[in-house]
Amino acid sequence: MSEDHHDHKPTGIGRWLFSTNHKDIGTMYLWFSFLMLFIGGGMAMIIRAELYQPGMQLIEPDFFNQMTTLHGLIMVFGVIMPAFVGFANWLVPMMIGAPDMALPRMNNMSFWILPFAFGTLISTLFMEGSAPNFGWTFYAPLSTTYGPASTDYFIFGVHLMGISSIMGSINVIVTILNMRAPGMTLMKMPIFVWTWLITAFLLIAVMPVLAGVVTMMLTDRNFGTSFFEASGGGDPVMFQHVFWFFGHPEVYIMILPSFGIISQIIPTFSRKKLFGYSSMVYATSSIAILSFIVWAHHMYTVGMPLAGELFFMLATMLIAVPTGVKVFNWTATMWRGSLTFETPMMFAIAFIILFTIGGFSGLMMSITPVDFQYHDTYFIVAHFHYVLVTGALFAIFAGAYYWLPKWTGNMYDETLGKIHFWISLVSVNVLFFPMHFLGLAGMPRRIPDYALQFTDFNQMASIGAFVFGGIQLLFLYIVIKCIRGGEKATDRVWEGAEGLEFEQLPSPAPFHSFTEAPEVK
Amino acid sequence: MGDGMSVLLRTVKAISLMFVSTELFAAAQMDLTPGVTAISQEVYELHTLILWICVIIGAGVFGMIFISMFKHRKSKGAVAANFHDNMTVEVLWTVIPFLILIGMAIPAAKTLIRMETPADDAEVTIKITGYQWKWNYDYMHEGFDFFSNLAKSSRDVIYAENNKDREGINYLLDVDNRMVLPAGKKVRFLMTSNDVIHSWWIPAFAVKKDAIPGYINEAWTIVPEPGVYRGQCAELCGKDHGFMPIVVEVKSAEDYAAWVSEKKGAAMTAAAGDNKVWTKDELMAKGEQVYAQCASCHMADGSGIPAAGFPALKGSAIATGPVAAHLDMVINGSKVNPAMAAFGYMSDSDLAAVITYERNAFGNNTGDAVQPADVKAARQ
Repeated sequence: MSEDHHDHKPTGIGRWLFSTNHKDIGTMYLWFSFLMLFIGGGMAMIIRAELYQPGMQLIEPDFFNQMTTLHGLIMVFGVIMPAFVGFANWLVPMMIGAPDMALPRMNNMSFWILPFAFGTLISTLFMEGSAPNFGWTFYAPLSTTYGPASTDYFIFGVHLMGISSIMGSINVIVTILNMRAPGMTLMKMPIFVWTWLITAFLLIAVMPVLAGVVTMMLTDRNFGTSFFEASGGGDPVMFQHVFWFFGHPEVYIMILPSFGIISQIIPTFSRKKLFGYSSMVYATSSIAILSFIVWAHHMYTVGMPLAGELFFMLATMLIAVPTGVKVFNWTATMWRGSLTFETPMMFAIAFIILFTIGGFSGLMMSITPVDFQYHDTYFIVAHFHYVLVTGALFAIFAGAYYWLPKWTGNMYDETLGKIHFWISLVSVNVLFFPMHFLGLAGMPRRIPDYALQFTDFNQMASIGAFVFGGIQLLFLYIVIKCIRGGEKATDRVWEGAEGLEFEQLPSPAPFHSFTEAPEVK
Repeated sequence: MGDGMSVLLRTVKAISLMFVSTELFAAAQMDLTPGVTAISQEVYELHTLILWICVIIGAGVFGMIFISMFKHRKSKGAVAANFHDNMTVEVLWTVIPFLILIGMAIPAAKTLIRMETPADDAEVTIKITGYQWKWNYDYMHEGFDFFSNLAKSSRDVIYAENNKDREGINYLLDVDNRMVLPAGKKVRFLMTSNDVIHSWWIPAFAVKKDAIPGYINEAWTIVPEPGVYRGQCAELCGKDHGFMPIVVEVKSAEDYAAWVSEKKGAAMTAAAGDNKVWTKDELMAKGEQVYAQCASCHMADGSGIPAAGFPALKGSAIATGPVAAHLDMVINGSKVNPAMAAFGYMSDSDLAAVITYERNAFGNNTGDAVQPADVKAARQ
């Protein structure tokens, strides 16, 4: 390949510290996310161990709250989001025929902020008093007037994460809008690129809102303001409005790139073009726009006026339409295809089914009067773990298996991949499905101890959790094994693969790719 | 709801029972409770309707996926078709879901409007105030209020090693003082909070409303039959969020009236207690009861949980030092540690008793007997 003579990499630690290479930065994002997965997952294991039976056995209630808080924050900001940024770094330039990201030095900085952000957050565990213990949603005044001293470190950490995300998304937008190869019009871009473009706009729109809300917290806590303090004329409900104005688009930030990954994988292993490409683009955009007008469905019980409750119910129900379109399109793509079932395809099919189950429970809780019963119960916990674990995380697994051969030049071990898939699939459902029953039967979320009638399903969930957590060590082994060697991957890797990264680049993709723009017809 | 819909619901219920009543989970509840009020029944029917719409759509979509997976596999010689667009189906699967959603939204909106119609015609009004970590129920037109804490029978066995110790006591779902309501009458709840956000929830009434500082939220219910109904705080409110249950006892109109007059009498006695001089033994006995509220942080033996920021009272500078500082700490809360709330809302006699108890229990033995009059003086 003509790129080979460009392929001299810097060596030593400097290669990583000072990297401006999209592939190296992508790799660092993915490894960072993987490390955080084990830290956040370890916290989940502590939570499930305490909940294995009624009574307090292992930890204190306050530490339990610290675990749920940090587990949520780490999984959202430290695992799912960085993993997708890692995918974007690796894939966006290769998919649009660009030599690198548009702003490579900023790319370096937006990654290297993250270890400091999470170092700050996790260091609160070792401080005197308590780590943040108010849930990942940090509702005021529990997090302001009543928050532990370490809350200020949490605020600083969130600010850093926000800066990192905003810089990352600016980079994605600038790259996609300016650096596409000649001939690659917007409506010819791979769906993964489309979903990331929309995600990046969402990030730029809402990350400053998150920064605003934590800044208001900071001044409430330290400088005598009363944004959220009722006794000073402030409004605790306003906190929730501002938080969820960020928080609802945030959940789409965590799922739209998965839609992109799944939309790449399903056609490859169906050996058939994606059904309804343009309707996929429009559906993704509709979801993104609707995500700005549904935030208050997270707060039906705060005592909104009837008109507000009706508006947010109807707007939320509407989201089912474009989401349904996406699921139908994937189904139609598989229909009358020529299917094979390699590990990426297995995870992708599991994604469609299990994410849809999470979508159904989401539709159920859009109905305000019924949500009064579901709100803040394990039914909610089941719902968002179906969309984020069997949704976003499964898409990340699918994407990793799908592109690992392109990244490393080696095929992963298919047998081990299948074992990872099947054990994950069974255990994740043993873990999260019983939570639907627990919530409907009346178990509130975020409690360290529970009434006896909830014991059976909690034990099931805990056993599922231990298996699901443990089997991810196998995934770590599979990834390392694939990096170190294995059967050589062909350039196209998969028989049905399409796109510039498979059609015009060798496996492994060279350190510098597309130094001359490819021609796209 | 119309006849057609209730027939549909009955069929759906019969089918769902076949799934649910397996022996394996005979003991565990798996579905939402239909509850005991007209509103909770409506909510349950909406829940069932939407659940089954989802199940039917899911069966269709997943069925298509499974058919593809088995029929259209390469190993069976399937050759990929070429289609990748079809305007007709795209329009159909946009419009049909939209119509289904409208079908769901109409009954949902009707129920919601009924729930949110203000209960101006309520016969009883109770102000519910959330505290870390207990509830206060103020019967506003009767002139008495009381606190409702996790029952001692549950608190005593939270750390018990043997699960058998937790059986037969409604573990974590029992309180010392229940809210009492009259059957068949419209009751209005006004929710607010003294500190952080809590949420008052009884599943059997389908009532869940946040108790928010600075806000007064409103909900109502009519419970037709006497009975005991249990729920829990539903909004994370700090360390003991999992340990502030809600128990409502619904009594017949006569029993309710008798209960109200008994409570009124007790309120008068308590008021008298603020004006008398107590013996140290009386203070200690009452103080031990009141201390149950302090024990969730400072622990029953006064040892606290220092690692989590809850200091010990045993031998502490406050509990063995000057009385004035101790009174200030309990009445006004800590200036540096947000976990120590202000307890000035409690009566003079309760505060006098608990402070006396803290100064003499756990081997503190200061010999002080703090009187309600001392508390009254310290408040100024």
